[in-house]
Amino acid sequence: MTTTAIPPEAKHAPATAPKRRPKREREGAAWVFLSPWVLGATVLTLLPMAVSLYLSFTDYDLFNPPQWVGLRNYTQMFTEDPRYWRSVLTTLTYVVIAVPLQLALALVVALALKGMKRGKGFYRSAFYAPSLLGASMSIALVWRAVFNDGGTVDNLLGTGGWVNKPGFSLLAVALLTVWQFGAPMVIFLAGLQQIPAELYEAAAVDGAGKWRQFLSVTVPMLSPVLFFNLVLQTIQAFQVFTPAFAVSGGKGGPADSTLVYTMYLYDRGFVASHMGYASAMAWVLLVVIGVVTAVLFRTSRSWVFYASEGDR
Amino acid sequence: MTSTALSHKPVRWGRVAVHLGCLAALLVMLYPLAWLLATSLKPADEVIASLNLLPGHLEWSNYSTALDGVNDVSIWRLLSNSLLIAGGAVLGNVLSCSLAAYAFARLRFRFRGPLFAFMIATIMLPHHAVLIPQYIIFNQLGLVNTYWPLILPKFLATEAFFVFLIVQFMRGLPRELEEAARIDGCGPFRSFFQVVLPLTRPALITTAIFTFIWTWNDFFTQLIYLFDPDKFTLTLALRSFVDASSTSAFGPMFALSVIALLPIVLFFLAFQRFLVEGMASSGVKG
Repeated sequence: MTTTAIPPEAKHAPATAPKRRPKREREGAAWVFLSPWVLGATVLTLLPMAVSLYLSFTDYDLFNPPQWVGLRNYTQMFTEDPRYWRSVLTTLTYVVIAVPLQLALALVVALALKGMKRGKGFYRSAFYAPSLLGASMSIALVWRAVFNDGGTVDNLLGTGGWVNKPGFSLLAVALLTVWQFGAPMVIFLAGLQQIPAELYEAAAVDGAGKWRQFLSVTVPMLSPVLFFNLVLQTIQAFQVFTPAFAVSGGKGGPADSTLVYTMYLYDRGFVASHMGYASAMAWVLLVVIGVVTAVLFRTSRSWVFYASEGDR
Repeated sequence: MTSTALSHKPVRWGRVAVHLGCLAALLVMLYPLAWLLATSLKPADEVIASLNLLPGHLEWSNYSTALDGVNDVSIWRLLSNSLLIAGGAVLGNVLSCSLAAYAFARLRFRFRGPLFAFMIATIMLPHHAVLIPQYIIFNQLGLVNTYWPLILPKFLATEAFFVFLIVQFMRGLPRELEEAARIDGCGPFRSFFQVVLPLTRPALITTAIFTFIWTWNDFFTQLIYLFDPDKFTLTLALRSFVDASSTSAFGPMFALSVIALLPIVLFFLAFQRFLVEGMASSGVKG
């Protein structure tokens, strides 16, 4: 009924002007579609962010009303809490080990699969499987047993169990993440397949060898995908929890060597009931992830190459 | 004759090497899974003493012990708890994320640009920044130790990753179809449900499968929200083995691990195409 009605102002419009439905009705519909998201974004994202900022300036144990303490949580964190710095250092070490190793492995395997005529689909799926299974508690428990004293790795390398050694325990956790290189690998592979073959042909005509083609064609053409993987995996790595929890028996040990940031946050907030302190930790994490992402975006201007810019 | 045919097709040793390398890598990668399966069938004395991957004899009683459950809660209870949470999450995510995605992909409204940018930014938002206040909200509502905190957020499109995934897919659909539907008198709701949604099925299936697997595997949220053993999921039941230092229950523990992993393996085998392509399309198209 209203769909065919011509708005009054349209009557005088030139005949070529597109007939539009009244704007407001479509806008109203849009907000209906958006309403669950708007509710979620307000009540479960924006409001909690504001509340956690407020709580970070308080002492709060969930039962008594929050007590305003100003910057004390932050000063305590930064100047009086060695376990906090321990967790920061552990997380940074983990990120620096796990992310580059994982991405390098993902790229190497994607390059190996790229030119394959047979078996590509099989390998792609098989290498991807750990990405789905590895996030589970089941695999985390396997990891602890395999890397434990008397486990497979001990028998193979004679290192006497990594799980109990402060120098090795974090490496065991990182290897579980590296093992899940399938998701970035699949994204690399899809990116590699979008590089036009003519570019390689042209490079070959110009006398470029395989290595030169890799550096001058593959790397620049793949750089947006590399950047995407780098940002995503880095953000995820900062939030690692389950493998560290399982490998260390839920304690972050030995000697706090697997006490990653989120585990210490869990310990302060949900075990020790210092919700204010945990909120301050959460906000520092938010800011750090924001800064790291911003820095990655900023440096990306010098090495990420967008070929399709402008012609989309 | 055969020799000339062969000379046209020389054996590509480079290719053979790549295949051998891939197979070797796969062998290493699949080892933990083989180990899990083998250990779940080993008798207690073999787990520690024997270095063989294959069990000396198959100890099926590990599985019957695992089927008895954990902490007096039957495995069927744990399984149905896990299924309820994962099922609710799938329904919520598919519904709410596709609604929001349609608005972002196809409809015009005020502040669309900034809101879309905000939605994208929440993909990168660490969960921990909203975790504690969300916990406090659900605590105030008396919903801690129920399944609501695990399911309700999914009905409010809080997993922006999936909104983004569906938006990307919907943008690829021809606009002419909706314009035709509009000329035929369809309002935005009918053209969403009857024209766009059926065509979006691949993206919705990807969303459903990923939601199921991620929710099934999720540990942290379940850890903070659920206390009663009879409300536990399979993942939380496995947690009780985390602090246990005794290895006497090794076999049953890994039998339960296998059972907990089984639905994901089955999903993976059935839907690997959707999973692999869903993951690929999320990153490549800009």
